[in-house]
Amino acid sequence: MFRNQYDNDISTWSPQGRLHQIEYALEAVKQGSASVGLRSNTHVVLLALKRSSGELASHQQKLFRIDNHMGIAIAGLVSDARVLSNFMRTECMKSKMMYDRPMPGSRLVSLIGDKAQINTQNYGRRPYGVGLLVGNYDEDTGPHLYECLPNANCLEYFAVSIGAKSQSAKTYLEKFAKDFGEIDVDALIMHGLHALRETLQQDKELNINNCSIGVVGKGQDWHVVEGDRLKAYLDQLESGVAPAASAEDLPQGEAMDTE
Amino acid sequence: MDHFPTNWGNPRSEDVDSYNTYPVASNSGTVPHSVREIAGFGHAGGHPTSHTQQPVVTGTSVLGIKYKGGVMMAADNLASYGSLARFRDVERLHQVADFTVLGASGDMSDYQYVKHLLDSQMIKEYNADDGHTLATPNIYEYLWRVMYNRRSKMNPLWNTFVLGGVHKGEGFLGAIDLKGTPYQSPSIATGFGSHLAQPILRKEIENRGGEENITEEDATQILKKCMKVLFYRDARSMNKFQLATISAEGVKISEPMSVETEWAFAEKIRGYGA
Repeated sequence: MFRNQYDNDISTWSPQGRLHQIEYALEAVKQGSASVGLRSNTHVVLLALKRSSGELASHQQKLFRIDNHMGIAIAGLVSDARVLSNFMRTECMKSKMMYDRPMPGSRLVSLIGDKAQINTQNYGRRPYGVGLLVGNYDEDTGPHLYECLPNANCLEYFAVSIGAKSQSAKTYLEKFAKDFGEIDVDALIMHGLHALRETLQQDKELNINNCSIGVVGKGQDWHVVEGDRLKAYLDQLESGVAPAASAEDLPQGEAMDTE
Repeated sequence: MDHFPTNWGNPRSEDVDSYNTYPVASNSGTVPHSVREIAGFGHAGGHPTSHTQQPVVTGTSVLGIKYKGGVMMAADNLASYGSLARFRDVERLHQVADFTVLGASGDMSDYQYVKHLLDSQMIKEYNADDGHTLATPNIYEYLWRVMYNRRSKMNPLWNTFVLGGVHKGEGFLGAIDLKGTPYQSPSIATGFGSHLAQPILRKEIENRGGEENITEEDATQILKKCMKVLFYRDARSMNKFQLATISAEGVKISEPMSVETEWAFAEKIRGYGA
């Protein structure tokens, strides 16, 4: 393996000015299956490719609900992601309890950044081995999509992907990102599926078992698209038909109206 | 004078100490620190923990009323020490946020503490610099949590607060008492005002067919009328008060003002006049 004098602990610099342990943590994110996120002016869609360890095993969970207005997609160590999602859920509950206010996405993302940063500077700790895509809808500032990585970088994006072969998805997203602003949720999901398909290994295909879609947006609480609805999107993807613009077919958020 | 606080209120002789309170202070020397913390002996100087059991310097009623397009509040400028009119230039209406005003009756030092808490919260929000701020309902929820938390420690903040504001184009008017009871209504009056002014406020709103039919000028007149009634009948009040107006334009807290009063009838009151 790579013998490196300067990668024994997190708090030792290499003479090139690099912290190798942090870079290894970023590699852990790349080992995980891909997650894709993209956003219009009204909605955020998160998609993920789910792996299964064998024919008889279930598929891993890639999307997590944080609150009604927020969900995440992950790539990397699922156990680390569960710790972080638990933290995020707790913070959202605290915000509701103390201020009767949904946790602002930007603030929660900064808190995660602070937590992750501590793991990059203190001897004896390890960085998180997971990357997060955070999608949230805020009543005042609209939809937001953030990426949080083990190196404590948290950035906002129009569209982004993380995980194995995520560069292929990024290439797709970069090509079409200028269209995303005004399109409806269905079209956004179809773009997401196209991007996610780019991350597949050869001779693999997206199906209802290995694919997750989560949506949150104006008048729609966070929900995961499953079953027949998911199948309809995948059929469209296979037939190559342009996405139909029927927002009525989408699951509705509880006690809120859509447009 | 006995300078040993644990002796205060207790019999002078330790031979007559039916509640076994006398050796409390000496526990600090013999009881381990951890035990003292748990048992409540843990405060500085080895004195027992003390909780607020009564207000000291107090403010009297705060009034609030909704009108078309906003909320108006009133409170006089007096902080009493018992029945003594001790401080006559105290402002009991405080602007918390761009569209939120806090009014306080009850203990004035607890009010100053809560002002400090709320201002700290607003500074925290401002420093986040992310376009989010606390709106009136958020501040109300926070205040509620603070008050309920303190009553749950058996150490209440001895106030009834009135929070007025405008949020999403709607007036907001709510009160929270020392037990952490939240209460929202088109009109609110604390303390003596809940007996003397609230019936007047309710009648004025009812006569006009709801707060939506009250203009800013109406609201001013209604509150002045209530402050006059309170000055006549509440011995802890003062004819010098301020009005706070919260509307879509923001917050306006007036200079201190007074109302015309008539005392000729007092001559005829037995035991008051000649």
